Amino acid sequence: MDDGAYTATEMMIVASARLLEGERVCFVGVGPPNIACNLAKRTVSPDLELVYESGVFGAVPARLPLSIGDPTLVTGSLQATSMFELFAYYLQAGLIDVGFLGASQIDRFGNINTTVIGDYAHPKVRLPGSGGACEIAINARKVFVIMPQSKRSFVERIDFTTSPGHLSGERPIGWGAGPSAVVTGLGTYRFDDATGEMVLATTHPGVSMIEIRDNTAWDLRIADDLAETPPPSQEELRLIREELDPQGAHTR
Amino acid sequence: MADGGKVASMRDAVADLVRDGDTVAIEGFTHLICFAAGHEIIRQRKRDLTLCRMTPDVIYDQMVGAGVARKLVFSWLGNPGVGSLHAIRRRVERAEPGPLEIEEYSHFGMVCRYVAGAGRLPFFPLRSYEGSDLPRANPRIVRLPSPFGGGTVYAVPPLNPDVAIVHCQRADANGNAQIWGLLGCQKEAAFAAERVIVVCEELVASEVVRRDPNRTAIPGIVVDAVVVEPRACHPSYAQGYYDRDNRFYLDWDAVARDADSLDSWLDEWVYGLSSHAEYVEKLGEDRWASLAPGEAWSDSVNYGRYA
Repeated sequence: MDDGAYTATEMMIVASARLLEGERVCFVGVGPPNIACNLAKRTVSPDLELVYESGVFGAVPARLPLSIGDPTLVTGSLQATSMFELFAYYLQAGLIDVGFLGASQIDRFGNINTTVIGDYAHPKVRLPGSGGACEIAINARKVFVIMPQSKRSFVERIDFTTSPGHLSGERPIGWGAGPSAVVTGLGTYRFDDATGEMVLATTHPGVSMIEIRDNTAWDLRIADDLAETPPPSQEELRLIREELDPQGAHTR
Repeated sequence: MADGGKVASMRDAVADLVRDGDTVAIEGFTHLICFAAGHEIIRQRKRDLTLCRMTPDVIYDQMVGAGVARKLVFSWLGNPGVGSLHAIRRRVERAEPGPLEIEEYSHFGMVCRYVAGAGRLPFFPLRSYEGSDLPRANPRIVRLPSPFGGGTVYAVPPLNPDVAIVHCQRADANGNAQIWGLLGCQKEAAFAAERVIVVCEELVASEVVRRDPNRTAIPGIVVDAVVVEPRACHPSYAQGYYDRDNRFYLDWDAVARDADSLDSWLDEWVYGLSSHAEYVEKLGEDRWASLAPGEAWSDSVNYGRYA
């Protein structure tokens, strides 16, 4: 790849990593969220504690974990615990500042489907299901979503609510704040505090409003202070390509 | 029981303890998934099993593809880090070659089911599921008012498998099993189950267990058989013993996309072999050498002597 050029996925990972500035305890997902969190630890948030649902607190992965339960997450970590303790004492008890989720479908209120496309009993596509996502969505203090954007993923109505976002505009008392950011290959989004609705905050360099609208199935709200996402720096790209994903498994 | 009493071959343990129609849990979250036990169940052509696992993983794709299961209980259905489990998807999406009943939870819901099962409770409460469609898809996830105030919770029912199969790094001949690395929910699954098979990388003297009792995940009192089967978790891994074989997980995607290629794989790697020892040999030493981790030892601790 030429100097200065980068993929949409690299932009997505860099934008996600920057959102972790100032955060302390992060529940990490596999794939792009995993690279984003490890990038944040090397850039904007060196004290970030990485928590994996497989039962690890304070992971310091020496290689890019191949899955959410990679042995490299255990070696050198602060605690390897049972999954009951991880979900009950860490997540449900409110120790997690940020949880990362992926999504096959999302609606304007950040409600997420990772279960089925089509009817539940006779699905057109059977997706993986919740895993820990349903409890992360409810119990993490806030939620960041990383996902590809298209009219099939940014939909008016999701086929199945696996993980609740802002429901129809507000969340029950006692829950975490819910989705506070969505990062796609086209831009970054935040949520209106009053209405719980997704708002376009930045467009990635070279992405037009037409492209954003063509890949969103509802009438999208645009922030008054809409800006361009700063492009990845050379150092961010170097860390991704040389240290975090040298095979390009998740970023090319 | 005297040393040696519970040690059995995988063939005998599966033949004696896994019965047609059983509810079976081969647990292990990414780590310590006992593929060798799954292969033996396939080889013995067990039928109508209800297979429980948080993450069905490639092992249940193989077992479902081989026709041992009528139902799947799970919380995340995928090939971790790779994509889909195609044999299971064929049955769920297109009922090919027949339908597969499913019962679905979230991860914490599945863990809580094992906890309730292990403690012989009628249910376990958790704060997940509000606002999710999962309780509508699965009526066994039930909304309850807390009897002590503090809002509502969701109850999940106990999961008490007929058989739990858990792999560990080391065990003694009575089944006192020690695990390090990711602990998953194996302890809960073993305490919840009616019958338990412990499979170990190494059989050790009871003194080894007694010198480090904090590391014992499962006590022999709940264990029915101890199978000594090194490298039984391939392509999953055993912390400190061998790494996950990611190439296998990637290759499985193509194998399982097509029912015929899956059958050929089963013929070559399961039906065509008589034991896991043959599988280990067939895989070849080069492959095993590529999976060997470096060393990272812990310090030992002083438990004290109080005679």
